[in-house]
Amino acid sequence: MHILVIEDDREAAEWLLKGLREAGHVADLATTGPEGLKMAREGDYDVLIVDRMLPDMDGLTIVRTLREEGDQTPALFLSALGEVEDKVEGLRAGGDDYLAKPYSFSELLARIEVLGRRKTAEPVQTRLRVGDMEMDLLKRRVTRAGKEILLQPREFKLLEYLMRNAGNVVTRTMLLENVWNYHFDPQTNVIDVHISRLRGKIDKEFDKPMLHTVRGAGYVLKAPDE
Amino acid sequence: MNESAAEAKADATAAGGRSAPAAAGLNDTRHVGMGGVAGRGWWRLRRMARTSTFRLAAVYLVVFALSVAAVLSYTYWQAQRLLQAQVEQTIAADVRGIAEQYAINGLSGVIAVIRARMKKGVPGGLYLLTTPEGKPLAGNLSRLPPEVKGIERSGWVQFEITDTTSPRLRKRHVLGYYIRLEDGFHLIIGRDIEHLFQFRRVIRNILLWTLGLTALLGIGGGLLLSRNFLRRIDGITATVRTIRGGRLGQRVPVEGSGDELDRLAESLNDMLEQIERLMQGMREVSSNIAHDLKTPLTRLKAQAENALRAGDETQRQEALASTIAQADELLKTFNSLLLIARAEAGQARAGFSEVDVAEVAREIAELYEPIVEDEGGRFTLDAPQQARLMGDRQLIAQALVNLLDNALKYGRSKERPLEITVSVRQTPDEHVELVVADNGPGVPEDMREKVKERFVRLDKARTAPGSGLGLSLVASIARLHNGTLVLEDNHPGLRAVLRLPAGRRNAEEGNKGRADFPDKMERA
Repeated sequence: MHILVIEDDREAAEWLLKGLREAGHVADLATTGPEGLKMAREGDYDVLIVDRMLPDMDGLTIVRTLREEGDQTPALFLSALGEVEDKVEGLRAGGDDYLAKPYSFSELLARIEVLGRRKTAEPVQTRLRVGDMEMDLLKRRVTRAGKEILLQPREFKLLEYLMRNAGNVVTRTMLLENVWNYHFDPQTNVIDVHISRLRGKIDKEFDKPMLHTVRGAGYVLKAPDE
Repeated sequence: MNESAAEAKADATAAGGRSAPAAAGLNDTRHVGMGGVAGRGWWRLRRMARTSTFRLAAVYLVVFALSVAAVLSYTYWQAQRLLQAQVEQTIAADVRGIAEQYAINGLSGVIAVIRARMKKGVPGGLYLLTTPEGKPLAGNLSRLPPEVKGIERSGWVQFEITDTTSPRLRKRHVLGYYIRLEDGFHLIIGRDIEHLFQFRRVIRNILLWTLGLTALLGIGGGLLLSRNFLRRIDGITATVRTIRGGRLGQRVPVEGSGDELDRLAESLNDMLEQIERLMQGMREVSSNIAHDLKTPLTRLKAQAENALRAGDETQRQEALASTIAQADELLKTFNSLLLIARAEAGQARAGFSEVDVAEVAREIAELYEPIVEDEGGRFTLDAPQQARLMGDRQLIAQALVNLLDNALKYGRSKERPLEITVSVRQTPDEHVELVVADNGPGVPEDMREKVKERFVRLDKARTAPGSGLGLSLVASIARLHNGTLVLEDNHPGLRAVLRLPAGRRNAEEGNKGRADFPDKMERA
């Protein structure tokens, strides 16, 4: 993916670029707001990573300006202001995701990969399919290899999120945010238990598992043959 | 507390009192120089005159004086008019009588009437009939007053006479009606109106005295009031100065009269209280951070060094993975600290909205129930349909999660299976109680307050993972909502009660006494 990082702290930016490049992405850096806005306008990026607090131009302003100009490139805000209302403000300005510093790199990576896929967003779907698993969003029905799987409502939501992001790593925090709508760090691994229950239903009776744990990062759902 | 109050009082009197160099520091009087006491007195007077109290008194004084003057003038004017009208009527009646006589008997008739009146002794009655040349024929006036010259035939005239009947030759005012008779004779019929002028003088004197006294009382009262006001302001200033000097324990003197200055002093004291508490908190936090983050950082460094030294690839992988886990724990600790700082600063109140605690409890219970069951324990939720309050949904959820994490970590005992109960209850006094109870070893009574502090852990050896911040975050969240966190004995186990006010009034009260410097700490 082609990523633009707008961040005034050089050290943090270098570390970020290095990580992104190692993960196989092409990353550019802008260290001031106006420069970032210019690059975002001219370049063809898949994802923008924008620091919320820049000395010369607010990160919110950059994204708001781009949105007003019709640029819908997904943007993720980075900020030390890790509060819910700041987050709401960021999302209202046209940001697509929000990550509070200090964050772990795997969390950031997982989020921008999900964002990057969103650019080529599919039209409204009523059916999701990953490998031999199918989900009917209207009938709230899930089948794998033609066999129906009975899920609790929350398990259904969990699987839906995993299927929508199939092939990408999703972190525990992302799941908590998107499936449960809570933004906190669970000290105990509450998500793991729900994943393992889901796994018991979708993987147990089949030869090849689809739901995998990625150590130090989160989970990924993918078709068995991928 | 007592000691500092006494000190503050002493300071206040020193600054306001007469003998001490009044303006210790701020208002330097030295430039008054050789003027000495007089100069200082003048300076003090000017200072009092500049207070808003004095200005208010002065404005009031002017308004009062003007209204007194207006009322008196109006009274005087009305009375004067009435009296004068009476005199005029009397004279007019007299004139009519004499005119009748003149019509019937001519001049001799007029002379006869005048003489009769003189004989009878009409009080204040003044008459004069003269020849066309001005020679008096009858009456008690010696000559025609010069004022009649301009009058054509007849008309009112006012003039002064000298009373020769009184030994002191007093001048008197007279109102008269002048008539020029057909053959050129002059006739004046008048009345002494000195009493009208006396009345005017009395009124004028009353007016002057009233105004003078009002002014005197007003200025005096104003100065007295502003002196009292200044004394108390000086008290506050003196306290603020000592506080700025580093003695945070000082408090502004409160007189107990409950007036606006007392209210100001009280809110200043509230603010000082909070600043002091926050300062203390900051100090504690920084020393705690220094102490409690050193250990995990040292461990982190050791693991990184191990990874560097490790011989084979799997060992290196393992060492690195545990380094990352260690760093994640550190990040979590930092996040908790930041959240506590945010909650303590009270800014999150701006984002308060209506939260259904029962619904939050149901959602979090759904999240946690499987874990408890996997551990072989039992999880019970007891919540009403709704339990609404003004608050921060995320933070309330965070508090519940922290309490549940605690119950999971420390609520276990060897004797019995884990049992966790979450209950939500609306109390009759408009509070919502969120209770998390376990049946583990509990917390000894003497430690129940202590464990709410930052970095305090019962597990001295610190074998279980955790930062020691969980409960202190819950306590902060409770404080943010103007609520409380109480730890009780569950016989056996721990019962943590988060009590939050549900009324709208309670949420508004929370806006008093904010301070924002923990936020700066966060950005630093």
